[in-house]
Amino acid sequence: MKMIIAIIRPERLEAVEDALSEVLDEGDNYRITIDMVEGLGRQEGEVEIFRGQKVKLRNVQKTRLTLCVNDAYVEKTISAISRGARTEPTGAVGDGKIFVLPLEEVVRIRTGERGGSAI
Amino acid sequence: MIDSGSTAWMLTSSALVLLMVPGLALFYGGMVRRKNVLSTMMMSFVAMAVIGVQWVLVGYALAFGKSSLGGFVGWDWELFALQGIEPTTLFADKAIPELVFVMFQGKFAIITPALISGAVAERMKFRSYIAFTLIWVTLVYCPLAHWVWASDGWLFERGVLDFAGGTVVHVAAGVSALVLALMMGPRRDFARGAALLPNNLVLTLTGAGLLWFGWFGFNAGSSVAVESPVAGAIAGLAFTTTQSAAAAAGLSWMMVERWHHGKVTSLGLASGIVAGLVAVTPAAGHIKPWAALVLGALASVVCYAAVQLKNRLGYDDSLDAFGVHGVGGMLGALVTGLFCFTPVKGLFTGGGPGQLGKQALGVAVAIVFAGGGTFVIASVLKRVMGLRTTDQEERDGLDIHVHGERGYHFDQT
Repeated sequence: MKMIIAIIRPERLEAVEDALSEVLDEGDNYRITIDMVEGLGRQEGEVEIFRGQKVKLRNVQKTRLTLCVNDAYVEKTISAISRGARTEPTGAVGDGKIFVLPLEEVVRIRTGERGGSAI
Repeated sequence: MIDSGSTAWMLTSSALVLLMVPGLALFYGGMVRRKNVLSTMMMSFVAMAVIGVQWVLVGYALAFGKSSLGGFVGWDWELFALQGIEPTTLFADKAIPELVFVMFQGKFAIITPALISGAVAERMKFRSYIAFTLIWVTLVYCPLAHWVWASDGWLFERGVLDFAGGTVVHVAAGVSALVLALMMGPRRDFARGAALLPNNLVLTLTGAGLLWFGWFGFNAGSSVAVESPVAGAIAGLAFTTTQSAAAAAGLSWMMVERWHHGKVTSLGLASGIVAGLVAVTPAAGHIKPWAALVLGALASVVCYAAVQLKNRLGYDDSLDAFGVHGVGGMLGALVTGLFCFTPVKGLFTGGGPGQLGKQALGVAVAIVFAGGGTFVIASVLKRVMGLRTTDQEERDGLDIHVHGERGYHFDQT
């Protein structure tokens, strides 16, 4: 089992969700956690103007997705996320990153099931 | 004989001016960081409570009581706690009850110290702010109001024109704000060059709208109080000039911004509107509408430049209390001497330079008296109780430390 964490552009969330529903077995009922984050990378921060003064922000706002999948689905998930998140047609700085972490245990709270079938 | 129309308008105007205080709270509150939004709004709101009481007890007596010492000091024991005023007593030669006039003027005394809070946002001790407000209104605002607006005040007798408070309110508050800000020093995060962004410009825009609405009471209401026994003609003029100056100033600030950075900001439009309203305050019942358009347009250019100069000079007038109110008030007071046509003519309207000279006197007196008075009061308070919050309080934010509250709990379910 693996936990996949992806940092993507906020406006690409819908495209990524559509791509994921095509590759994950339950289609529209796959499991995902979404939160809004900010971070630092190669992308330039926004510039705001406050009464004539330009303020350069360091961090950029992103969306973080967390999915847990069985090993067989890892590659499918990675390519679905990439498809949805990459700026067409050639990609751009700020498209994001995908991290794959080993997942030790999964528990379904309602039934107490564990492991691959609980994922 | 009581005039019902004037009385109705003056009661309405008083309520409109009071509405400007929550408006100011929103305007300022939206501009500071989230952790200080309540503290900033409290500085405006608390003035309604503190000065609301002070005005009834001693403020009105000091500002509009009988003059002594050649128009320098006002006082009347009959006016202490308004004890000697009957509900049926009319104010001077005006056709409105004196209590209505007291209330109207009291709203001005309330909002003036609240303007100062803009310069010291995010770092002033609440107790010290309340003490400063109380002492400043009593020893600076009330005498200045007496000099400019009481019929036996020495600046009024010399012919200084200040229709609704360009010098008494805006120059006094703006200069005092500057002095206080310099005495307190910058916010820690300002000093280290951090990005200080507004937490909620939606509140700021809302506040600007309420200020514009309330300002009609501020300016057009002053027509009965100060100039004429009955509302009507001059109130109509003041309303028109107020509207015209605000509109022109809004456009002007937008154009300056577009030229400077290529973008028109919402904070800029809101600020331009306020700058225009400030500038027309001393002039509202004295100049023609076309002159108000000119004054408004000029106010934005001058105030925008003043704010950029502040950035260059590097002092922390957090919300531009001096840049907008101080500078805007000085400009408006002086321009009144250029364009006035009633009750006297100005430099560009066939009256010669005399009025401009009187206006300059009024501005100079306001600067020196308010600035000097603030320096003295703040020095004493600094010694006695300190002016700034502790470093940790400033870092964590004043809302949680001073008021035990947070302004927003957006993540609450």
